[in-house]
Amino acid sequence: MILTKAQYDEIAQCLVSVPPTRQSLRKLKQRFPSQSQATLLSIFSQEYQKHIKRTHAKHHTLEAIESYYQRYLNGVVKNGAAPVLLELANEVDYAPSLMARIILERFLQEHEETPPSKSVINSLLRDPSQIPDGVLANQVYQCIVNDCCYGPLVDCIKHAIGHEHEVLLRDLLLEKNLSFLDEDQLRAKGYDKTPDFILQVPVAVEGHIIHWIESKASFGDECSHHAYLHDQFWSYWNRFGPGLVIYWYGFIQELDCNRERGILLKACFPTDIVTLCHSIA
Amino acid sequence: MAAVLESLLREEVSVAATVRWISGSTQSSEDDPGEAAALSSLRPLRREFVPFLLNFLREQSSRVLPQGPPTPAKAPGASAARPGGPARSSRGARSQLFPPTELLGAVAAEAPLARRGGRRRGPGSARERGSRGPGTLEEVVSGENLPWAGGRRPRGSGSPGSPSLGLSDPPNLSNLEEFPPVGSVPPGSAGMKPSRRINPTPVSEERSLSKPKTCFTSPPISCVPSSQSSALDTCTWGLGLPPACRSLQEEREMLRKERSKQLQQSPTPACPTPESGSLLPSRTGSLTAEPADPARVSSCQRLKLVALVYSSCIAENLVPNLFLELFFVLQLLTARRMVAAKDDDFEPSPDAIDSLESPLFQSVHDCVFFAVQVLEHQFQVLSYLDKGTLKLLAENERLLCFSPTLQGRLRAAYEGSAAKVSLVMPPSAQAVSFQPETDNRANFSSDRAFHTFKKQRDVFYEVLREWEDRHEEPGWDFEKGLGSRIRAMMSQLSAACSHSHFVRLFQKQLLQMCQCPGGTGGTVLGEAPDVLNMLGADKLGRLRRLQERLVAPQSSGGPCPPPTFPGCQGFFRDFILSASSFQFNQHLMDSLSLKIRELNNLALPQHEPSDEDGESDVDWQSERRQFAVVLLSLRLLAKFLGFVAFLPYRGPEPPPTRELQDSNLALRSQVPPVLDVLALLQQGLGAHRAVLTVPWLVEFLSFADHIVPLLDYYRSTFILLLRLHRSLILSKESEGEMCFLNKLLLLAVLGWLFQIPTVPVDLFFLEEGQLVAFEVDAVASEHGLDSMPVVDQQLLYTCCPYIGELRKLLASWVSGSSGRSGGFVRKITPTTTTSLGAQPPQTTQGLQAQLAQAFFHNQPPSLRRTVEFVAERIGSNCVKHIKATLVADLVRQAEALLQEQLVTQGQEGGDPAQLLEILCSQLCPHGAQASAQGREFCQKKSPEAVRALLPEETPTAVLRSAENIAMGLAIEKACAWLSANITALIRREVKAAVSRTLRAQGPEPAARGERRGCPRACEHRAPLPSHLISEIKDVLSLAVGPRDPEEGVSPEHLEQLLGQLGQTLRCRQFLCPPAEQHLAKCSVELASLLVADQIPVLGAPAQHRLERGQARRLLQELLSLWKDDFQVPVPLQLLLRPRNVGLLADTRPRDWDLLLFLLQELVKKGLMGQTEIEAYLGSLHEAQWPGDFSKELATLCNLFLAEPHMPEPQLRACELMQPNRGTVLAQS
Repeated sequence: MILTKAQYDEIAQCLVSVPPTRQSLRKLKQRFPSQSQATLLSIFSQEYQKHIKRTHAKHHTLEAIESYYQRYLNGVVKNGAAPVLLELANEVDYAPSLMARIILERFLQEHEETPPSKSVINSLLRDPSQIPDGVLANQVYQCIVNDCCYGPLVDCIKHAIGHEHEVLLRDLLLEKNLSFLDEDQLRAKGYDKTPDFILQVPVAVEGHIIHWIESKASFGDECSHHAYLHDQFWSYWNRFGPGLVIYWYGFIQELDCNRERGILLKACFPTDIVTLCHSIA
Repeated sequence: MAAVLESLLREEVSVAATVRWISGSTQSSEDDPGEAAALSSLRPLRREFVPFLLNFLREQSSRVLPQGPPTPAKAPGASAARPGGPARSSRGARSQLFPPTELLGAVAAEAPLARRGGRRRGPGSARERGSRGPGTLEEVVSGENLPWAGGRRPRGSGSPGSPSLGLSDPPNLSNLEEFPPVGSVPPGSAGMKPSRRINPTPVSEERSLSKPKTCFTSPPISCVPSSQSSALDTCTWGLGLPPACRSLQEEREMLRKERSKQLQQSPTPACPTPESGSLLPSRTGSLTAEPADPARVSSCQRLKLVALVYSSCIAENLVPNLFLELFFVLQLLTARRMVAAKDDDFEPSPDAIDSLESPLFQSVHDCVFFAVQVLEHQFQVLSYLDKGTLKLLAENERLLCFSPTLQGRLRAAYEGSAAKVSLVMPPSAQAVSFQPETDNRANFSSDRAFHTFKKQRDVFYEVLREWEDRHEEPGWDFEKGLGSRIRAMMSQLSAACSHSHFVRLFQKQLLQMCQCPGGTGGTVLGEAPDVLNMLGADKLGRLRRLQERLVAPQSSGGPCPPPTFPGCQGFFRDFILSASSFQFNQHLMDSLSLKIRELNNLALPQHEPSDEDGESDVDWQSERRQFAVVLLSLRLLAKFLGFVAFLPYRGPEPPPTRELQDSNLALRSQVPPVLDVLALLQQGLGAHRAVLTVPWLVEFLSFADHIVPLLDYYRSTFILLLRLHRSLILSKESEGEMCFLNKLLLLAVLGWLFQIPTVPVDLFFLEEGQLVAFEVDAVASEHGLDSMPVVDQQLLYTCCPYIGELRKLLASWVSGSSGRSGGFVRKITPTTTTSLGAQPPQTTQGLQAQLAQAFFHNQPPSLRRTVEFVAERIGSNCVKHIKATLVADLVRQAEALLQEQLVTQGQEGGDPAQLLEILCSQLCPHGAQASAQGREFCQKKSPEAVRALLPEETPTAVLRSAENIAMGLAIEKACAWLSANITALIRREVKAAVSRTLRAQGPEPAARGERRGCPRACEHRAPLPSHLISEIKDVLSLAVGPRDPEEGVSPEHLEQLLGQLGQTLRCRQFLCPPAEQHLAKCSVELASLLVADQIPVLGAPAQHRLERGQARRLLQELLSLWKDDFQVPVPLQLLLRPRNVGLLADTRPRDWDLLLFLLQELVKKGLMGQTEIEAYLGSLHEAQWPGDFSKELATLCNLFLAEPHMPEPQLRACELMQPNRGTVLAQS
């Protein structure tokens, strides 16, 4: 699903200040029926993450934390079964899972002698049933299952999607008889930067030489693409030469501007692959 | 001087004698004694004759090459270099051009004066000349403004090593902007630029029209005095970038405007009609050149004589720069029209018996005649020029008109020439590939250094890409844009080893990007010819495009451009400057020196001219190519070495005082040279490899600062080069001599070097005593590189792009006169960077080695290359093979041993270092097998490879020997490596394996259990794990709420979901452990929700609740998934956590039945133990519950304990027949 910048902007426009709940997603799907769900979800998730990054700091001031915690306490005192934490998050326009983390951390600070370590918090978020306070455990769990952009479950889904597409790509490469080295093999050889696949014999796609292929199970928007370019794609180019990036959920057309430079974007596995001919002369 | 010339013109002495006299060779017996006497009296002046002659010709030609400013009024302001000296009459000026010889003794350099006085001035320029030329001369004579005038007199004859020599010249006499003195401009006094390589492009607006395109010289180092020039200088040398930037920018802007203007006019180099009298030249005015007519030549004989002397000087290499002279001659050939030939200044004086008193060139006809005469003498050189130039020459109608014979020869040469010089397009930047052998962690001192280098590599390329994108943008500045990033990066390179890694990357990238001639990036050196083509095509659009292109600084700067860093090289230069890191520079110099030595010593294939079959052709191509690659790499490396090495000493000007200079000299003479170039040069000359060594040496020396040529060490180097120059007589072609094009290349690069501003001019015109002709040590080797045709035109033009100026000049004539395109074909040849073959391994000593050498001696060179190649590769493969077999086996053993250790010693396994020691002590002895296995490998593989690579027809005996030698070499190489490194290699690999195993030992041993794959014939069509997690998450979130009233799940959906989960778990294709773990957890959560009846059901009849039987079926399904399909541990204990059990607390009436059922099933299926469940149930009591809930919970426990093994049918029956027991319980 390759979108023009204008199309993308239109979608992004609709996502301003929408909470990351399944209801929001449903509405979004109705609004853009022609786009694939996965693409919409990916765009939504990325836009939301950008939003959170921008506003993250203001939710982490001491005053903010204190005020959230008090509101939480007041809320659960009134009715422990009500979705207090979730509503608080939606009200202040912050991700429910992250709000749960703030409150949990604050709660532990109050109830434990030593400030909780990050790993403790993470494990409690992964398994809220371990949280000593039953009400808080339920509140946190509710936040996590209702958040479609953050939280351990979402992280796992994203990871799984990434993995699945790598597997898919590997199968396609095998099917096309293209021999490659995968990330694990590369790492074992001591490579410092490892794309998903390095082709042992380069191929040409749409007239461009390809040495490596990176699978991205997300939508390539400007922000993420630039980050990837900086952290990954150029690094691969620096070491292995030109390559191909597959954004399985599409990308903004205008970003495919480094073809000549050696980074080709596609939204699917390429169909016209030219391989080196071993002519018998 | 004039006397010599005059006696020559009066035919008192013969040309031959004169030339002999000049070159200082001993008089031959044929010499007329009278001649000899006449000349010997002039002996002390001998060395001044050539500069005199050259300047004389320039001066004379100025009268017929009216390319100066359109009106006299403009001229004074124009050059402005020199605050005017006292005005003199022009006649005075002219007479001063041939000053009394005593004067010349003191002033070796009237060249600039002469030339300056001439050519540029245009109509009526004589008066202008008069007003300045003599003034400056007077200053020289009187010693005004000359701080060291006193010490300078006895120059020339001084010892060659004398440090004062280079500076003992008089200052530059006037504005050097206009011409580079050919012979003898000294480093200037204060306020004077020492440079002969002055940018002819005017920078002041009012002079903008005065510069013809075809000005004699055009190196873009400005010599306009004061700040402007230093700005340009620093730019060219890249010093002190930031401060100069602004003015530099402005200046560049002006230069650009200027250039584009010039180009617009270039077909008619500012050639106003004399009678116009207008201040502005009419640009569209008469473009046509005056026709030249052989019949109207004024004094054939005189011109012939001078041409002969001049040609002889050229032929004897008495002129510093062969191509500069050719350029000059072509200028004469293409002179457009005569301007003011009979200006009143030039009225022949009544008593002009002196043949020099009347102008040599009185008309265009004279010029063309003279030029054609010289060209006839230089035919041999011309015939070696590229095809494009030959074509232009052959098509020149003047040439045809004046010498049909020469034209015919040129045409024949053109037709026979294969020397098409192509402009190679630059390949886009390619990165240096990551090499696991050198770039892996083991080569770094610490993890941190490794990761720092990883980051640096990326920053380096990021900077490079940004430079590529932006360096042509106006207003972009390297230092401003990238400087701080580069320095930040360099500051992280703390460890010395990181520096060497980075330098390796830097140097490789440099070679990769800049080695091929096209690697000059956007502005290719050879671009200008196209520019002229485009002009010829006469299209406005093209012209506009052209102008745009010219906004980028042009890299080619006339026939004698200063050393520059065209294209990508600029990046590397600016990088070095911006990094300004001492460590980096030092490492870089070390690395460059090493690489230069390595390449310089590379055993280039020896050519045997008598190769019997056609094989030699193919071989020649590749040998030439290899030579070119090596030569170009060397030149590039040497250029950068020179740049970095002399960087700390470089300045735009020489030291201002003699004292300072002396102290500099004293200091510098203590510093050892960065690379022993003198020794390398001597070796190169001795081994007949000058053609390889000299070109890079010239590049290196071209960056020398002002002091360098005065240092004894470098002075000796220069003198050696001079002697070589003098010895390269092109017309001498004998057995064992250097090939013509090889000579031409050396002459071109040396000629260029002698024009570099920092090279003292007097160096070239040394007393002959110091320049005993270079004696070739003929014994050294019979087949030196010098005598092989390794240089072709492509290489010549690549190394010396300025030779292309000849073609430009001719092309501009064509486009100016006929509007035709210059017509050479632009050919694009893609190039690939080839790796330089490593030095073949040195063979063993002894008789065997000698025999092997002897064997190769009589075989074609390709055989040797093949054998060496095979040996090299097989040896290397052998090591890899041993790594993959023997070492890998040992590593597997190590892993097995380690596992044993871990089992016996418990999970901890003890100290890893100790473990490693134990393992290594057991395994390393096995390394001894490596040599034997390696030998076996080489014995098997080498002969196969040799057989495959040599021609089928190779005689059996030869083949056998080749196989054996290859095998021997391969074994030698492999075993040497293995015996030295096998233990370390095993250690390293075992160490990696140990840490891998210990890491894998980590927190999740269960995940390491044996995993089943997909069932056979699985088509991998199961739903994706991510999809399922997502779906189950949706159900969970619906159940937990909040939800809209209409939201819910259909029972069918739930069943379908569990069905899909089963499929996914059975097809393992897309499943990864984390996903499976989450699926397991989600399924347990789902079970809790089912037990607590918390799942909102769509369209269910009563209270949106799931039917009991359905719930039970779903739980059964889950139980079987947990039992049979999950391969990760399922966190069933979650079911009995207070939070999950607590879900029941909210339901009314509470229904414990499903939980009881679930617990019993868990036990029954062996998923959880009875006691385990009891324990969890027990701990549930600790939580705080509402009173009634606690009671019910206690009952549940009792019930569970009381009925451990409820058979399934019974349960079902009881469910059907009575209100279920859980409900009863709850109510009781």
